[in-house]
Amino acid sequence: MAVHPPPYRPEGLADDPYDAAEDAPATVTLPRLGWTGSLRWVWRQLTSMRVALMLLMLLAVVAVPGSVFPQRPRDPASVAAYLRDNPSVGPWLDRLGFFDVYASPWFSAVYVLLFVSLIGCIVPRLRVHLRAVRAAPPRTPRNLARMPSHRELTTTASPEAVVDAARTVLVGRFRLLPRFRVVTPDEVAGVRTVSAERGYVRESGNVLFHLALVGLLVSIATGQALHYRGQAIVVEGRGFANAVTDYDTFEAGTAFDPRSLVPFTLRLDRFTATFTADAAARPRDFVADVTVKDAQGEHKETIKVNHPLSAGAANVYLQGNGYAPDVLIRDADGNIAFSGPVPFLPQDAQYRSKGVIKVPDVTSGDQIGLVGFLLPTAVISAQGASSIYPQPDNPMLVLTVWKGDLGLDDGVPQNVYELDARGMTQVLDTDGKPSTLLVAPGQTVDLPDGLGTLTWSGLPRFVALDLRHDPSLPWILGFAVAALGGLVLSLFTPRRRVWLRVTSVDGRRVVAAAALARGDDLGLDAELDRVVAAVAALEPDPHQEGQDDEPR
Amino acid sequence: MSLGELSTLLVWGAATAYAIAFVAFAVDLARLADDRVGERVEAESVAVGTAGASAAAGSTVVAERPMPVPPTGPRRRRAAGIAMATTTAGLALHVAGTVLRGLAAGRVPWANMYEFSLVGSLVAVTTFLVLCRRRDVRFLGSIVIGLALVALGLGLARFYIPAAAVEPALQSYWLVIHVSIAIIATGLLTVSFAASALQLLKDSRDAGSPHLASRHWRPLDALPSTRELEALSFRITAVGFVLWTFTVMAGAMWAEHAWARYWGWDPKEVWSFVVWVVYAAYLHARTTRGWSGRRAAWFVVIGYATVLFNFTGVNLFFHGLHAYSGLTTGTPK
Ligand code: HEM
Repeated sequence: MAVHPPPYRPEGLADDPYDAAEDAPATVTLPRLGWTGSLRWVWRQLTSMRVALMLLMLLAVVAVPGSVFPQRPRDPASVAAYLRDNPSVGPWLDRLGFFDVYASPWFSAVYVLLFVSLIGCIVPRLRVHLRAVRAAPPRTPRNLARMPSHRELTTTASPEAVVDAARTVLVGRFRLLPRFRVVTPDEVAGVRTVSAERGYVRESGNVLFHLALVGLLVSIATGQALHYRGQAIVVEGRGFANAVTDYDTFEAGTAFDPRSLVPFTLRLDRFTATFTADAAARPRDFVADVTVKDAQGEHKETIKVNHPLSAGAANVYLQGNGYAPDVLIRDADGNIAFSGPVPFLPQDAQYRSKGVIKVPDVTSGDQIGLVGFLLPTAVISAQGASSIYPQPDNPMLVLTVWKGDLGLDDGVPQNVYELDARGMTQVLDTDGKPSTLLVAPGQTVDLPDGLGTLTWSGLPRFVALDLRHDPSLPWILGFAVAALGGLVLSLFTPRRRVWLRVTSVDGRRVVAAAALARGDDLGLDAELDRVVAAVAALEPDPHQEGQDDEPR
Repeated sequence: MSLGELSTLLVWGAATAYAIAFVAFAVDLARLADDRVGERVEAESVAVGTAGASAAAGSTVVAERPMPVPPTGPRRRRAAGIAMATTTAGLALHVAGTVLRGLAAGRVPWANMYEFSLVGSLVAVTTFLVLCRRRDVRFLGSIVIGLALVALGLGLARFYIPAAAVEPALQSYWLVIHVSIAIIATGLLTVSFAASALQLLKDSRDAGSPHLASRHWRPLDALPSTRELEALSFRITAVGFVLWTFTVMAGAMWAEHAWARYWGWDPKEVWSFVVWVVYAAYLHARTTRGWSGRRAAWFVVIGYATVLFNFTGVNLFFHGLHAYSGLTTGTPK
């Protein structure tokens, strides 16, 4: 049988009598001089319990600013607004990384150090634990009466019978899955001992938990490097293909390979939105009916909020929706200059939506820009036009007209939802107010200044789709489940040792029994009582003496 | 009267019952403290009277045992009896009110801050009553019921909105799982906070702190030892921590389904993470030399403060995706 190994103890782990009972030789390491000596000292400090504790506290503290200041990855507009409103401190905060806390050097430093400490702590523990699992339970301490929980009784049964009875209760019903690991060595001639231990999985769980955290971090980092995310606005009746160029915005990790885009196309057949009937018009349900065409052929699917569609190794999420009025514009010469749906972005709960119709392809003269709002249920009052309900009960387009140079030809990418007014002039009425068009569906109106005509032919809806591929997701889930399992094992497995010593005095057997647990353990006394009761039951009329059950 | 209104009425009834129970628990603690002082004086006089006799040692030991051995008859803890009875009655009203709320809204009743207060306090009180069946922890009553009362009061007075169905982003079975476990964890962490707070107070009084020396603090003497309070707090926190870990994971699953990313450092996510890390630090502190006991108990207090902030502050001060207080009308994304 292997000798019970001395426990590995990270520097600063609190003393528990459980560990002390193993009679581990105290190892005193004096810091050696020189490089290796100091490095070793630093390493021991870094992997100590105290430093782990400090780093954990620090991690909690450095995470907080990310909830206080606007964060660039989540909300760049708010960061810009903050910088505008705080011209003195803003730039400093920016330089120090307060607007992207979770990618800042200081936040990264804390968690990297923590994980280095974690690995330095857990690897030796794992090694020691693997040895401990194979080792025999520790031998019976000399003085059992010193243990926090102990009993003594005498019996006329033979030492063999006592040992067997104890073993039977300790092993439990399933011999292949014993509750306790039990050994029964002879101490000196005539003195039998039983030494049993349970709860090895407590430490296994602890190691599993900590290792799973490492796995989690590695998976997340890998996912960051390999993922891609594309966003596309799709109008009813139209579609898009899974290709980098087909997305409105596309973003990918450093190790992304465009070949990981599995080809498929998706068409939006219909989008249905449901709202409560009251004035608040709270959204109730959004459903996109789509047709996907991929290697398996063509199939109909639905996408809802919370129910992404998986297609081409990616998930497609429904992230937004709105209206895209279908308009046809003829220029001054009567030629069709523009035709098609134009997405208008909702601005409030009633879907007052803002948009721009840019008409660069006029046959002659100025280019045209139409800027304004779509009102699904329009109400015109003295204060202006507004929408009172998000469904298209009384839709109306309210547009102002600009003419000039849209600035689309100089190659600089433009925001399609905004008009670059630099080369444009607003068309005014005779009274000097901006000329405003009110258009109802199906109507054709003349544009002012003889610029042409606008026909509003339909009101399809659009959806904003978010497509994301992250190959690390199953790994992240796996490690998260492992961490949770390890945690449960580690926190709720009782770790106990039970010892018996059987000596013969005057033809009777004196049985001393004791139990020890790691940490607080409410069930310890009951455990010992079960063993003692089994031994006492060997005698029809147990003549017990000095039963001492004073707990601690 | 609609189902929703009936529910609100029942919750008011529960709050009233808890208010009575709170007072009764406080009275009970005060009485218990008086008894303990009397007991100690008696024990001392016995010890002095039979100085040198071996029997004296025994009687002193008995008197100094940490758990109060109540020589006091059942008549003497009548206040505790009243408190337990009103708490149970309050819980019955509380359960009925919560179930009706769910029926009125046609979904699980935990989707906005009013409902979180409602269900969170329900879990705290239930945890307390279940613990009471297993051992005598009635001394926790005044704190747990007090906190439940505050939660219900705040809920009714500040967070209340009429019962209604939820937005598409909240229509998910992950809502049921994530939020229900979060609420249970919060309830448990409330109870463990009560135990740790008492541990700290008692420890200070035992150490002779002048702030806690007055007779108003005498109920602390009636409590179990600081070691037992710490062990109790740890056991409940351990369960709470596991459930919180699960909450964070289930939340990530939900976010992955609803928002196309499992983690985005939204203010709610930041604070859930902070809560988790603080309690992880607590579990470490307990086993770190020089940090167990009193210092570890402070982690529970800080941890609970982060839990409370996560629940109230984050919803009210920051604007994230988790804007579900229901107090402002949301805009569609
Ligand atoms: C990401 C950082 C870490 C987290 C979140 C974390 C979390 C935890 C948690 C929740 C526990 C209690 C549950 C259990 O026993 O499994 C625990 C226990 C433990 N951790 Fe960590 N830990 C971290 C890093 C470390 C490091 C760096 C060390 C080494 C110094 C360490 C050493 C230990 C030890 C020795 C225990 C067991 C204490 C005992 O019960 O004897 N941990 N940890």
